[in-house]
Amino acid sequence: MRSGQRITDELAGYITRVEELAYELRISEVMTRDVKTVTPDMQMVQVLELFRKARISGAPVVVEGRLVGIISIEDLIRCLRGGDVAAPASDYMSTQVITVKAFHPVVEALKLFAQTRVGRLPVVDESGALVGIITKGDITRGLLRALQSDYQEEEVRRYRASHLFEDIVSDRTSLILRYTIKPRDFAHGGAASSHIKRALLRLGANPQIARRCGIAAYEAEMNLIIHTTNGGVIQVEIEPHLITMRAVDDGPGIEDIELAMRPGYSTAPEEIRELGFGAGMGLTNIQRCVDQMVLESTPGKGTRLEMKIFLQHEEALKDCHYNQEKKT
Amino acid sequence: MRLEELIKIIDGEVLTKDNDLSKEIKGGFGADLMSDVLASIQPNAVLLTGLCNPQVVRTAQMADVAAIVLVRGKKPPQETIDLANQERIPLISTACGMFEACGRLHRAGLPSLEKTVT
Repeated sequence: MRSGQRITDELAGYITRVEELAYELRISEVMTRDVKTVTPDMQMVQVLELFRKARISGAPVVVEGRLVGIISIEDLIRCLRGGDVAAPASDYMSTQVITVKAFHPVVEALKLFAQTRVGRLPVVDESGALVGIITKGDITRGLLRALQSDYQEEEVRRYRASHLFEDIVSDRTSLILRYTIKPRDFAHGGAASSHIKRALLRLGANPQIARRCGIAAYEAEMNLIIHTTNGGVIQVEIEPHLITMRAVDDGPGIEDIELAMRPGYSTAPEEIRELGFGAGMGLTNIQRCVDQMVLESTPGKGTRLEMKIFLQHEEALKDCHYNQEKKT
Repeated sequence: MRLEELIKIIDGEVLTKDNDLSKEIKGGFGADLMSDVLASIQPNAVLLTGLCNPQVVRTAQMADVAAIVLVRGKKPPQETIDLANQERIPLISTACGMFEACGRLHRAGLPSLEKTVT
């Protein structure tokens, strides 16, 4: 733990989910509430019996709900060595008790474990009354439980996304994603395609399909950025058996479509080539990735590129989870 | 070949954070034209390139590239490193030139993942 250190943005990047949880979880959420306690007048032999039966290695010493000390297996060993088992617990307990507050984050307990080397910390509420006890084991179990529930939430989220087409009943269901692409916006070039690819994976598309759509969308997106006057729009319509992507702009249009389709032909300026684009392979790449491509353009009016990918039965978004279930 | 072995072979410097260095790299691909990469790279390859703008990372993401090696000791702009961290694609810089880097890896047994374009 980075106690006492200011968390900068850069450092925050290194903080793991477990560390985050140590700050998020309250001690009250992970502590043991059913505390076995001892009274000061209890004989050490009774304490020994309690530890053995309850399988614990320490217990707070309490008088009418008030914490007066703590007794551990080490104290018991000291007592046994002297053969003094009839003595009261008050003779062997430690009265310097370090406690933690129930409403504090788990990280406070972790810090104390690291600093003091004690094995357990009594937990008190605002009024100082004993409400529980916490060990490193409790923290580990609490963190694992929280991580497990994180994981389940994630599973539920994925489940929902990939069952979208199952859960909604209609004669024909489709999901439409729209992205506005600005001209010359190289800084965000590919961001829309990246979202498209991720959305398809979330919806249960297989990696091969997502990759083909991602590459085709990326080339189309770069074309809108490089060549259009005012940018354009990419629209993706996702249906269980068909993905249709359309890239539409309002100019300047393509003079000679046949020439534009020829591998290696490019009208891109030098600065575009420096970015690694403008090799004249964009449309060729798109054609390779999709099942059907229609390019329509009117000089001065604009260009409309439609790309279709047909999903075979086993690739269909609707059937995805059946396949996964069969595998597991 | 594991990513950590690959880095040793080309004396690479890792520029991204929290990389999974045990990742298996299936083969290699070298190009400066991103459209060439998109046209013929196969999944899980290392991409060797002389380009270092953010488009390299975007291209890598679209083409399921496992790691990116920037040749000739290029230090990319921060946006490229940020995007690589965000997309969790390891970014490595090597002082080797393109031919040298490809040669060393190929000699060490890393196959080519360049698909013949038909």
